[in-house]
Amino acid sequence: MAEASKAYSIFSLVRNSLNYHQNWQRAWRNPQPKQDYEVVIVGGGGHGLATAYYLAKECGIRDVAVVEKGWLGGGNTGRNTTIVRSNYLWDESAALYEHAMKLWEGLSNELNYNVMFSQRGLLHLAHSVHDMQEIGRRGNAIYLNGIDSEFVTPQQVKEMVPFINLECRYPIHGALLQKRGGTARHDAVAWGYARAADNLGVDIIQNCEVTGFQIEENTVKGVETTRGRIGAKKVGCVVAGHCSILAEMAGFRLPIESFPLQALVSEPVKPILDCVVMSGAIHAYISQSDKGELVIGAGSDSYTSYSQRGGFDVIEHTVGPILELYPIFSRLKMLRQWGGVVDVTVDRSPLISKTPVNNLFFNCGWGTGGFKATPGSGHVFAHSIKSGDMHPIADPFSINRFNTGALIDEGAAAAVAH
Amino acid sequence: MLLIRCPWCGFRDQSEFQAQGEAHITRPEDPYQLDEEQWGQYLFFRKNPKGVHYERWVHVHGCRRWFNVVRNTMTDDILATYRPEEPIPVLSDEETNQPT
Repeated sequence: MAEASKAYSIFSLVRNSLNYHQNWQRAWRNPQPKQDYEVVIVGGGGHGLATAYYLAKECGIRDVAVVEKGWLGGGNTGRNTTIVRSNYLWDESAALYEHAMKLWEGLSNELNYNVMFSQRGLLHLAHSVHDMQEIGRRGNAIYLNGIDSEFVTPQQVKEMVPFINLECRYPIHGALLQKRGGTARHDAVAWGYARAADNLGVDIIQNCEVTGFQIEENTVKGVETTRGRIGAKKVGCVVAGHCSILAEMAGFRLPIESFPLQALVSEPVKPILDCVVMSGAIHAYISQSDKGELVIGAGSDSYTSYSQRGGFDVIEHTVGPILELYPIFSRLKMLRQWGGVVDVTVDRSPLISKTPVNNLFFNCGWGTGGFKATPGSGHVFAHSIKSGDMHPIADPFSINRFNTGALIDEGAAAAVAH
Repeated sequence: MLLIRCPWCGFRDQSEFQAQGEAHITRPEDPYQLDEEQWGQYLFFRKNPKGVHYERWVHVHGCRRWFNVVRNTMTDDILATYRPEEPIPVLSDEETNQPT
């Protein structure tokens, strides 16, 4: 991918260290927008940048602009808890998230950028007979789809996480383990895709907010932005938190509501937790970053909001169970807490779809768990934009499913928290 | 956390309530006359505005009655609460134009 002179390698590291790291090249350009592009991608988060990268790399479309209202990866890409897994119940979801997982497994090499993808294993705890039945059903469905998943006993959980409290208010009856699951560095994913896309000729235009669409005869012709009009033959909207706003600009509605979702990180401590532990039943997700911080994901608030702030009760409902499960963490101080806006569909599956406007495509509605899908989402969306027909993996995620009734109900399947 | 005025009980903590989504969506008179598109619109498609939102809440850990709330989704300021049978409050520009 990268030109030999620009590629990161042990040699470039040695060469630049001799210069006290003062001569590293910029990771991507900062171009002025052109008047017209073949494809404009709205949204410079992980999914949007991945879309642009695969358009340039695999679809032969290099006349691409990514317009971003803030800075790269400054939205939900930089706010999530970095968990990657593909243990979903339904075939459609399994195909999508496993497609992403396979791309994750070679991503650092492909992008010549260390995305710090770590397949450290992911435990999904079961706290009741119902939870055991749920992981039994889902684990077997995942297994039938050829994706790794194992049932583990409370004793095996204890071996993986020695300080876990098995006999607490939320007793652990068992767990579902995906060994290939884990974490990745979220910022690096955005930066790696941005650098690789830029290298292939994609213009990444930051501080450029879309304020409207130019639509003639029900066909999109370009976008209006705070930096002027940008023409495009095709437009792909890959936004989180504001897809309903963009849809309204284009004149249609989405089956989406936007909710606050919060996360928090502790002060950094020495390595103690070397896998991801999640519990859908009590909305407690925890892993340890390479910096040593414990990264904790909470549930979403019950009311819609764009305030990027959630209620304190939600934090309490997350931290309480975490301290029940891991009493050892009771003295840790929390360093930061933040909220993001997540676009949630009724069936908790994303929209990767054509829209009522010709040549305008939407990839949104990833709800509380889009980060894990970043490479796969960008890949299938790029191929869909290129051909004009949805990629077979993306096809079931059409907006139209809310009219036909062919929902992909991961909400009821409880594979995800919400 | 929000402080919400239940039209029956007065101001109570948000933890007593549940949000139940967009208000004033009327069930179609005769669902059998609708096509897939119209039925889907009724069931799933929402305004989801950034700004003034008319929504339903239920006082689930209190009087268990339903009511409507007008809230600014950018600031979470609650602009009005009213009973289901009461008319939709008309808010002045000043009231709805909350600082962001």
